[in-house]
Amino acid sequence: MRVSVIDIGCANLASVIFALERLGAGADIAREPADIARAERLIFPGVGSAAYAAEQLSKRGLAEPLRGSRAPLLGLCLGMQLLFEASEEGDATGLGLLPGRVARLDAGENAPWPHMGWSRVRKTRAGSRLLEGVEDGAFFYFVHGYAAPPGAATIGVAEYGEAFSAAVEDGRRFGCQFHPERSGAAGARVLSNFLNAS
Amino acid sequence: MPARRIIPCLDIRDGLVVKGVQFKGHEVVGEIAPLARRYRDEGADELVLYDITASVRGAPVDLAWVEAVAREIDIPFAIAGGIRSLDDAARRLERGADKISINSPALENPGLIDALAARFGSQCVVVGVDSRAEDGDYFVHQYTGDPAASRAAGRRTLDWIKEAQDRGAGEIVLNCMNEDGRRAGYDIRQLSAARDVARAPLIASGGAGAMTHFRDVFEIADVSGALAASVFHRSIFSISDLKEYLISCAIDVRR
Repeated sequence: MRVSVIDIGCANLASVIFALERLGAGADIAREPADIARAERLIFPGVGSAAYAAEQLSKRGLAEPLRGSRAPLLGLCLGMQLLFEASEEGDATGLGLLPGRVARLDAGENAPWPHMGWSRVRKTRAGSRLLEGVEDGAFFYFVHGYAAPPGAATIGVAEYGEAFSAAVEDGRRFGCQFHPERSGAAGARVLSNFLNAS
Repeated sequence: MPARRIIPCLDIRDGLVVKGVQFKGHEVVGEIAPLARRYRDEGADELVLYDITASVRGAPVDLAWVEAVAREIDIPFAIAGGIRSLDDAARRLERGADKISINSPALENPGLIDALAARFGSQCVVVGVDSRAEDGDYFVHQYTGDPAASRAAGRRTLDWIKEAQDRGAGEIVLNCMNEDGRRAGYDIRQLSAARDVARAPLIASGGAGAMTHFRDVFEIADVSGALAASVFHRSIFSISDLKEYLISCAIDVRR
């Protein structure tokens, strides 16, 4: 199976591609609108600022093909945040594939920000395909300062001061706020679930 | 709060993992990738790969082994040793490293911390501090990878920690040199003093020799992670046994 990994110059693609290779999946890189249109399965990784990434998406003409794509799509970290309508970070406009607005995490004045490290994910929806076979309360690796509040698409939550969406699923659209490519066996299971989801 | 992290450190010299006592007299422990894999299998939360002679040699960490580890390992890892420029850092992050740890080059050029944080984000900028307790205070040392080059950096440790995080460091690793390799316990007093000034996550390094040392450094010094090398290299206990012990002490670690 081939997976197209979206490159908008805002992510370190190597660890995602290596993780797919460990699962026996071949990966190519999607940079052009046509790459998105012909992709069978898409992963959208992202690191950095939401406003810059959103600008890159529209500048490169990728926002419309992504909205129109019927291929299964998995957003990772910032890539998941951009599935929503908007982000408080730099007042960015998202793809609007999921309802809601990404907000700054607030864990109190004395807590470190961003949230970085291994935190538990509590499953909130039975029958989720992305979290199938993942133990309730399993640890995943997070690095982020913003997050989507729990909503209709939420399938798992984690807490940093407050509960936020750790994973989302709506039809063929999936997202993880954590980094499955850096989350050991639990992360590999999530990626493998995505590769098998139709 | 995230789980407390257990972080094995692989000190690397000429492409092999080595271990020294008090930063001196290194002996070969084994190859990089098999050890990295073993620690990952035992439940390590993160790895640090530290090329101990890179700063002294004047050349940054070898790209080939950064990529070899990134291909194999599915937990975060930091690269340390001789990274002096944005380009040095970018090439290592592109090969799959998650964090860049800088030590002597940050002392030579503190602006490097600001530049790395602005370009890549604080989450991938770790500042390593080699510190020695002297006359009731703590002082930073540099070029500690080579006994002949190692020397005092002319800075107080607590001042340097504050400056590093003001410049954008996302994490501080404090190597307490008096304890390094002695396996007599972390320098709880120094780490507690550092914890009082650190807003960024603080990682303890130097002195781990028994499971109780990890318990104490988490319970008393309240660090986010504990780094160790020789206890794991010498299989004095495994990371999985250590984690079971910490859970029995009600310390939150990832299973």
